[in-house]
Amino acid sequence: MTDPDVPSAYVRDKRAPRETPEQLRARIPGWGADLDPADRPSHPKLRYAPETTGAHWDFPERQPEKEPRERSIEHAFVTPVFGTAQPLRGLSGVVRRFAYRRFSEGRLAHWLLLIVGDRIDAWGSHLRSFASGPPDVPASGLRSELTRGGLRSRRGRSDARHHVLDPVVVAGPWVAGAAVTWTGARRLVRALRR
Amino acid sequence: MRAMVYRGPYKVRVEEKDVPAIEHPNDAIVRVTLAAICGSDLHLYHGLMPDTRIGHTFGHEFIGVVEQVGSSVQNLQVGDRVMVPFNIFCGSCWFCARGLYSNCHNVNPNATAVGGIYGYSHTTGGYDGGQAQYVRVPFADVGPVPIPDWMHDEDAVLLTDAAATGYFGAQLGDIAEGDTVVVLGAGPVGLIAAQSSWLMGAGRVLVVDHLPERLEKARSMAHAETLDYDEYDDIVVELKKQTDFLGADVVIDAVGAEADGNLLQHVAGTKLKLQGGSPVALNWAIDGVRKGGTVSVVGAYGPIPSAVKFGDALNKGLTLRMNQTPVKRQWPRMFEHVRNGHLTPRAMVTHRFPLEHIAEAYHVFSAKLDGCIKPLVLPDAA
Repeated sequence: MTDPDVPSAYVRDKRAPRETPEQLRARIPGWGADLDPADRPSHPKLRYAPETTGAHWDFPERQPEKEPRERSIEHAFVTPVFGTAQPLRGLSGVVRRFAYRRFSEGRLAHWLLLIVGDRIDAWGSHLRSFASGPPDVPASGLRSELTRGGLRSRRGRSDARHHVLDPVVVAGPWVAGAAVTWTGARRLVRALRR
Repeated sequence: MRAMVYRGPYKVRVEEKDVPAIEHPNDAIVRVTLAAICGSDLHLYHGLMPDTRIGHTFGHEFIGVVEQVGSSVQNLQVGDRVMVPFNIFCGSCWFCARGLYSNCHNVNPNATAVGGIYGYSHTTGGYDGGQAQYVRVPFADVGPVPIPDWMHDEDAVLLTDAAATGYFGAQLGDIAEGDTVVVLGAGPVGLIAAQSSWLMGAGRVLVVDHLPERLEKARSMAHAETLDYDEYDDIVVELKKQTDFLGADVVIDAVGAEADGNLLQHVAGTKLKLQGGSPVALNWAIDGVRKGGTVSVVGAYGPIPSAVKFGDALNKGLTLRMNQTPVKRQWPRMFEHVRNGHLTPRAMVTHRFPLEHIAEAYHVFSAKLDGCIKPLVLPDAA
């Protein structure tokens, strides 16, 4: 018998479990129902059973490609089925297409360019929204701060101190954008007056 | 139709969009009757996922009624009530033939590392999602399944991702009888992972979070012991104490990219997007599991590198297991568990928002206001 003051990690066996299987079975609905790995649907990881999937083709018929579809250069071709939502367009489309054509998924540049494309897309859309409406706002759904207990919900939460960063992260680029626009416009006006 | 639309980080609204059309002979168009917002939708909402385009409609957890089918569809008929796995998959590629439906190679031209997912950016294929009145469902003979008559709609919608992912996460842990299992995160995935760990014979299940309402739900719904990490100077040390200094046999990361608990990682990963997410939970998992143990990762991370403590994982001889969930593979067994009351997905639903209030729904879920654990979206509610 080992010294009970020595924790399990330092001796051969774990201490006796707190509850027996019978106690657990009585307390927990379904305890042990999947004890046998054979009852677990993802065991083993690879299970060859193509006849069970519902597919009635060896290779799927190809979806018509109405406009050139960007693809990862790690693919041999555009997959037979693909999403057609929000096709590439504008400057963000140029950046994204370059990211796909030039860099594999293994290159950080691929992902960073896609994020740059995302920000260009977002700011282009924000600017267009001011012309065509409804105008974008820095963050949506903020009314719920009043209707769903914004302060009450955060009371005592450690992540509340991180939430104070949100206005900086969200509104910061808008403030910077407004400052740049204001400064640029003022300089332009001054230049025109000379 | 009315659809949720992404307008940039932290900005969503409802807009009028065209009803989707059949684009492939095995497509179906489904009228959405119930959808949900997933924790991983928040990664898109916060601008963490590369190639998330303005105008994209999110939503990979939805059920509905078949409105239209393509010419080659054999297994579904107009009017069928269906639940649709979040994975889009062909059923015939090398990966699908072996049950890796979440890794299908025939549906996502934008990336080889991830399969197709509804409403989850162009990195997962560029498909609009189900937080809308209608959605295009590719490979209708492969993915969707008629909802059993006995099944509650709220259970059905949660089985399309969150519940299936929790169940899958427990399986990835390779739990043996009597194991001590730690679940990081008491969100929807973590709650079902905790319930599922018992089904696989766990001797103890401990759930770690810091939100009181979620920890209470872990106790009441999943019969788990709970640890509020805010109450400890170092949660990893507490995990060691709780496990007689062995560490847990299995740790399940049910948090993913938006983890809190470490200011530097959180700011770098979540606020400034300098990583593919904040790997706080994953690092706690690596530290908190015993040597030779298993870490199961079902929390989602982006494709950009993250500061993960890989050296400790090596030195401890860990098994790291992870994947996006092949949902349909889980269903037959899960249906039995739900019917028998062993798994209770709808017990975690706290909020139901009309689609028209989608901006409020995202903000409430993101900021975890009003005790929100799982919000559903009702496309046709007034």
